[in-house]
This record gives sequence, C-alpha cells and structure tokens, in this order.
Amino acid sequence: MNDETGSEIWVFGDYRNYFQNRVTLQLLAKARDLSRKISARVCAVVFGCGIDEYVAEYAAHGADKIYVVDHPGLERYQIDAYVALMERLCRERSPEIVLVGGTGFGREFAPRVAKRLKTGLTSDCIELYIDDEGILVQTAPAFGGNLMAVIVTRDRRPQMATVRPGMFQELPHDYEARAQIVRIDPPADPPPERLRVIRSDRRPQTDRKLEDARIVICGGRGMGSKAGFRKLFELAQLMGAEVGATRPVVYSGWANHDALVGQAGKQIKPMVLFSFGVSGAIQHTAALTGAGFVIAVNKNPDAVMMKMADVAVVADAKQVCSAMIKELRKRIRP
Amino acid sequence: MVSELPWDSKTGALKRELAEGMMNPACKCALEAALQIKETHGAHITAVAMGPPMAEEVLYEALALGADKGVLLSDRRMAGADTLATSQTLAAAIKTVSPDFDLILCGCRTIDSETAQVGPQLAEELDIPGAADIETMTLKDDLLVMERLLDDFFEVLEMRTPALVTVSTSGYTPRYPFFTGIEDAFAKPDITVMGTSDIGLNPDCVGMKASPTRILDVYSTTANKTNVVLKGAVKRIVADLFNAYGDKIGGAMGKDLQTHEHESS
Ligand SMILES: Cc1cc2nc3c(=O)[nH]c(=O)nc-3n(C[C@H](O)[C@H](O)[C@H](O)COP(=O)(O)OP(=O)(O)OC[C@H]3O[C@@H](n4cnc5c(N)ncnc54)[C@H](O)[C@@H]3O)c2cc1C
Ligand SMILES: Nc1ncnc2c1ncn2[C@@H]1O[C@H](COP(=O)(O)O)[C@@H](O)[C@H]1O
Repeated sequence: MNDETGSEIWVFGDYRNYFQNRVTLQLLAKARDLSRKISARVCAVVFGCGIDEYVAEYAAHGADKIYVVDHPGLERYQIDAYVALMERLCRERSPEIVLVGGTGFGREFAPRVAKRLKTGLTSDCIELYIDDEGILVQTAPAFGGNLMAVIVTRDRRPQMATVRPGMFQELPHDYEARAQIVRIDPPADPPPERLRVIRSDRRPQTDRKLEDARIVICGGRGMGSKAGFRKLFELAQLMGAEVGATRPVVYSGWANHDALVGQAGKQIKPMVLFSFGVSGAIQHTAALTGAGFVIAVNKNPDAVMMKMADVAVVADAKQVCSAMIKELRKRIRP
Repeated sequence: MVSELPWDSKTGALKRELAEGMMNPACKCALEAALQIKETHGAHITAVAMGPPMAEEVLYEALALGADKGVLLSDRRMAGADTLATSQTLAAAIKTVSPDFDLILCGCRTIDSETAQVGPQLAEELDIPGAADIETMTLKDDLLVMERLLDDFFEVLEMRTPALVTVSTSGYTPRYPFFTGIEDAFAKPDITVMGTSDIGLNPDCVGMKASPTRILDVYSTTANKTNVVLKGAVKRIVADLFNAYGDKIGGAMGKDLQTHEHESS
C-alpha cells in the first residue's frame, strides 16, 4: 500500500562513517518511536553513488520509505550539492520533521538547509519527544552541558534537529522489512561547487577507545605529578577503563594528547566516569554531557566538577586512587 | 540554584550576559587566524559582536589584539535571537559596515549556546561559499586552501573569496595582548554601536520576533544531581563507595564486585 497522504519524518542518511558511527540507524529507531504519536511515515533520505547497500540497511532498520538520489556527481560528500538537493526535496514534499545526525558533516549541512527553508533548528539534541499538540520537543545542552534547554519550533516546517550520536538505541536488523524506494533524479543544472573537495582521505583506523569506553577515568592537575597521574593507568587497567586527561595534564606531558577530553579534545559518553583532581572548567565539562554516573574526587568540595557529580568525594585524589586499587584487588574475583 | 539560571522564564530567552564580557575561545581562534592573515598579507580587520552593551568588552579585547575596528550591535529588539535571526542580523551589519569584505571568520562554536550554526547560516545569508571546522588555511590571491579533520576524514578544501570560514579550536593558538596594544585600544577605540535601523533592518527581522525556535524551559544538570558527598578517612570512603555503588561500577566493568566479604576497616 502506498499511502501518499499523511506526514513524514525524515532522517538524513549519513553513511560516510557507517562502521564507526551508526547515528543514522539510531535516528531511524527514534523516528519510529516519534511516528506513533503523529502517525507519520519514517523516511530515510540518501544521496551518493552506488549506495544500494545503505538503502537496504535503512529498510532493515526501520525506514518505511527511502528517497534515493544515486548519481556519480554525488560520490563524495559535497556541501553545496547536498544542501541544494535537500532544500529541493523538502520544498517538494514538506516533511513534518527532519532529523540529522550530529556528525561533523551533519552539523554543517543541517544549519544551511534550515536557513534556506527559514525554519528552526536545534543542535546536538540528546532527547526528543512529541507533545500532546503534536509538536517535536527537543532537549539540547547549553553552557558546556551545565544547562539543558528545551526547545520547540511551533510555526515553521519542517521542525529540524541535529542529534548527538549514541543517544538512542538502533533497532535490530529485520531481514523481512521492506521499504518503499523512491528514486529521484538529480537536478539537470546542479549548483556550482563553490567549496571544492581537493582531498578527502579516511584516516587509517582511528582510535576511538576513549570515546566508546564504558568507564573513563579522567585525571586533572590535582594528580600532582606525572608519577601521580600514572597511578590512574593502574586503576584503569583493573577496571578495564580508559584514561582521559585535562589540558594542563597534557601540556605538562603527564599524558598524551590522545587522552585530552574537552572542547579541544575528545567527547566521551561512559556509563561511569571517575574524575580525579579536575576543577570542571567549561572547556572540559562540555565533553562530558553524555556521561552516565559521575564520581568526582577533589579536595575542594566547591569545585564545579564536584557539583556536577553524582558522588563527590572530598579527599586527596592520589590517596583515593591508591586505595581504590587496593580495594579492587580484593574485590575482583578472577 | 534555579534562580541562577541565565534564562529568562518570562520571555524564554537565554541571557548571555553571564558569559558576556569574555570572548568565546573559538572566537579567539578565529581572531588569531585573522591576525595571521593580516601579518602575512595585510588586512583590515573588523570585529563584530551582537549582544548587550557589556559585549563591548569583547571588542576592546579584539582591538587590543590587533583588530582595526569594532562594531557592536546592541539593541533591545535584538534580544532572544536564535541562530536564524542572529545570522540575518550579522549579515545585515556586514553589508552595511563592510560590503566589500574578502573573508568572514567565525568561531566554530560558542560555549554558551554551543550551536555551531551561526557560521554556516551566515554563509547562506550572505550567499558566499563557506567551510566549517577549519584547522589551517592559506590564502593565495583570492583562493583559500584549507585543511580539516571531519568525521575521521582528512580533507583539503578550496574556495574563492569572498567566503566564510568557521575556525576550529585546535588549529590556531590565540596570542595574549601586549600592553601597548591594550593602551592603544583604550586610547582611541574605534568602536561603533549600531541598532536595528542603522543596519537597515526592520524590527520584525531581528531578535525573538524573527526566531522560529522558542525555548520552553532551561534546567540545570547539576541541580538535578542528588550529589552524595563522601568525606573522612580515605580507606573508609573507598569501602563505602564500592558498597554503595559496586553494582553500578561492576556493571560497567562487566564484573561482580559485591561478592567480597567485607573486612573490618
Ligand atoms: C580554547 C581553550 C580550549 C580548551 N580546551 C580544553 C580541553 O579540551 N580540555 C580541557 O581539559 N581543558 C581545556 N581548556 C583548559 C580549561 O579551561 C582548564 O584550564 C582545564 O580544564 C583545567 O584543568 P584541571 O581541572 O586539570 O586543572 P585545574 O583547574 O588547575 O584544577 C585542578 C583541580 O584539582 C584539585 N586538586 C588539587 N590538588 C588536589 C589533590 N591533592 N587531591 C584532589 N584534588 C586536588 C583542585 O581543587 C582543582 O579543582 C581549554 C582552554 C581554552 C582557553
Ligand atoms: N551574537 C553574536 N555576535 C557575533 N558573532 C556571533 C554571535 N553569535 C554567534 N556568533 C559567531 O558564530 C560562531 C558560532 O556561534 P554558535 O552558532 O552560537 O555556536 C561564534 O563563534 C561567532 O563567531
């Protein structure tokens, strides 16, 4: 049955980092969930060249309908062409909601599309739901994650959001699922490529251990010395955790730049975060909004990091680290 | 706690004053990129800020660092602007003050609103090529060659000026102002304050009126935390920690930490 009436929720098919980042699949699952309340169809929108495997994957992960523009001119992600195409499709088909994964590309692409459509866009959402009036309610972090803002676009359409990866669970692969495929021709007169991509190379096997770790132990200047900081690695090894660091730690050479957590470093989302001797500067805490349970150790009970924590331990960071190593050795059974 | 929120619950606007008077880290990097271009190619730098009167501080800082001119867009009607309205206002100001610009540099994202949307939307509004999250750039005549690392791809990009770049915080390290610079900035500050009509916009085109998004609520993530405080002897604290939260910690580790028979401490 091809029901062409009724509203649609669109998910931008961002497949470029498919194997590292499954945000598109997470968004399809969330779109399914949202669609129940407004009886909308869940649609994926995919641009590229030779992209049938992604189309099949989106069908298996919750899309009812997939708009496909498959053309050699779209082989590489290209901002001017992608924005123009998305603008055209939105004007022709008036989706109710457009969700875009909060990847680097998505966060450059979505604002430009929203600007052309003169509609609202909420960035880096961590939660989405539909209220009783059928409006998409979007929650996004502000002020380094110390605040959450709840935002709506009431009068303009589509309602647009970029969504942080890792916030929603993808649906299991359903081999039986079938989606309606709508193939669309690219425009005869594509827009000029004003930003030209001269090179675009996938970095060989980037290390995402810290970003994906279930437990992260972050150390700050409060660890006192390189030797003090190194103790955290012993603790991390016992816990199967990864070690993160603040900027002064990296600048002092206590840890490698790879370990930097914050605005200039990595964004983390562990289930449990231990924070040792970290003051909680906004450039650091901005990267912690995805953390689940936070345990902070600081001798200053008023440090921002302590206020952000679920458990604030007022003590010397090195001593707590050593005591935890001892205690864990006793508690862990092989 | 709730009353400290930089948010006006009546109007639903984020009050940026709390963070104002301090230049955003990413904007410092954008200014640094501008200063380096000025040093190698010669340039006239205009720093633009939209915000309450206090935002003038940021322009003083920019002048002290080497910008040539400051423009403060300050008008009550501009308050409560979302990124769509902000980019429209900034574009109107740029067209008024510096219609023959070659390059617009923005920070990649601010630390208050954190949207990273204003730069790309400003490029759209000005109808010029744009690139986000740029780490390095070199200018040869009107050709800008840039590098960035985006989504695990290393990219080399090119565009012709006039163009807009949002500058990442990892490529450029901001300099500190020299004292002479500061004195110069205060001796003859070239700062123009402009309102809505000065940049040729009508009041419906700025601020909350021109913003499709509305903030319904703002809450503090820190205020929501139960925030258990543990203090005293370290050994005791650590035992308590594992007794109370061993399931959480063990769950994340994939190990059972509760089976331990407790020793006297
Ligand atoms: C453009 C820009 C980008 C930045 N990017 C980042 C970034 O990506 N990541 C980042 O981390 N920072 C970044 N910063 C720096 C950031 O502003 C802070 O300076 C930094 O996060 C502070 O690190 P810290 O908490 O380790 O040190 P401090 O602020 O010095 O805090 C040390 C803490 O340890 C506590 N302490 C001291 N001794 C002990 C002890 N014996 N036991 C227990 N506690 C103790 C103190 O009470 C204090 O709270 C950036 C800054 C700028 C300007
Ligand atoms: N009120 C403003 N005045 C001047 N520039 C701004 C303003 N808001 C945002 N910008 C620019 O846009 C960038 C990104 O901001 P944002 O989209 O808020 O994260 C900033 O780093 C600034 O360069």
